[in-house]
Amino acid sequence: MNKVFTKILAIFWKDILAEFRTKEIVTSVLVFALLVLVIFSFAFGTRADAMELVAPGILWTALTFGGVLGFNRVFIMEKENSRLEGLMLCPVDRAVIYWGKLAGSFTFILAVAVVITPIFLVLLNLPLFLPRLALIIVLATLGFAAVGTLFSAVAINTRARDIMLPILFLPIAVPVIVAAVKATALVIAGRPWGDMLVWLQIIIVFDIIYLVIATLVFEFVVEE
Amino acid sequence: MKGKHVLRDNVLLGLGLALMIAALYMVFVYVPTEKHTGIVQRIFYFHVPLAWSSFLAFFVTFIFSILYLWKRATKWDTIAHASAEVGVVFTTLVLITGPIWAKPVWGVWWTWDARLTTSLVLWLTYIAYLLVRSYVTEPARGARFGAVIGIVGFIDVPIVFLTVNLWRTQHPTTIIFEGGLTTPMLMTLLVCVAAFTVLYVLLTIQSANLKSVEADIKQLKSTQAE
Repeated sequence: MNKVFTKILAIFWKDILAEFRTKEIVTSVLVFALLVLVIFSFAFGTRADAMELVAPGILWTALTFGGVLGFNRVFIMEKENSRLEGLMLCPVDRAVIYWGKLAGSFTFILAVAVVITPIFLVLLNLPLFLPRLALIIVLATLGFAAVGTLFSAVAINTRARDIMLPILFLPIAVPVIVAAVKATALVIAGRPWGDMLVWLQIIIVFDIIYLVIATLVFEFVVEE
Repeated sequence: MKGKHVLRDNVLLGLGLALMIAALYMVFVYVPTEKHTGIVQRIFYFHVPLAWSSFLAFFVTFIFSILYLWKRATKWDTIAHASAEVGVVFTTLVLITGPIWAKPVWGVWWTWDARLTTSLVLWLTYIAYLLVRSYVTEPARGARFGAVIGIVGFIDVPIVFLTVNLWRTQHPTTIIFEGGLTTPMLMTLLVCVAAFTVLYVLLTIQSANLKSVEADIKQLKSTQAE
């Protein structure tokens, strides 16, 4: 068990190191997510009451689309110089590769969220310290990463690789998006914990189901 | 072997034709008009069987996707693929017949009710399934990807339904009939469900046959080229 964890960590660390040197993924996703925030603010106007209504939607649109972009990058970088083949030659279980890539994607998207969420809260004049929002973001990002990592491995092996991931990912991610938007709205409205519990439960159930399923089927996606 | 299949297909075709004629007669002549919603309610006898058959189709895709990943026989994948195709066609019809009924009865074409939203998400998921399959050149790889999406997509259905149900708690539950179905209505519905189920099986068999013939031709062409 400990050995498996070390292997996952090795793959994860490889991605983190590559990202530290190029800063490609986090930077591009961050700029993109920021642009989504800004464009949506233009699209919906800046009236305070309108913003309150659409704010959770704006945040989650930015994080969802940013996430899709990020998951794609994480696997496309493996496509260059046949690095994926190299990774497959590692004497590890395919599930280990999945978890390593998952940990990388999760960290990148979380890093983006850590930067854009405060900006979003500032733009909307909301309190900056919302620990419950942080919890929602961590859980929902985990769900996104679980599905996103699996499907980006599918998408990069198709002809229309850039468009395939959002087409595959978004319908499956609907429950997480709905639950995250609802929970965020409740947090912003300052409602008690009990109200948002059911939404957190949905996200947690989604996370568990897809982490298990993806771990099981990932080997079929990358075999050859 | 081939002869047996022809017999089976002909029997299915005859059965489907008889059931479909019976269904049409019952929907347009036999069954009385529902008194609250009027004539438009008759579309229900197509809408519900289509919805049922499309769920069946995606369930078949799910089962045969698992079978394919387990046994790796091309025939299982061919059935899964064919069933998904028919499922998408049926879901498209569900999404068309639904609003036609909803507009005069609910006053709106569309509402984000759990059933409607789940059908829409399901439709989008299996469109993605078909797209991935057509964007993969190598057949074995397409089969593997298809199987993975067929499994992952089907598992999403109950989660989507549950989520949307909670999301739209203020929405009144759908009442198609006040006081339930009368016997002639139930009879008509059952005949229609049978007719569309046979139609689904027929179309899936045809589509699967076509796919295996296509694969054979591809195989022959590549051996000829060598």
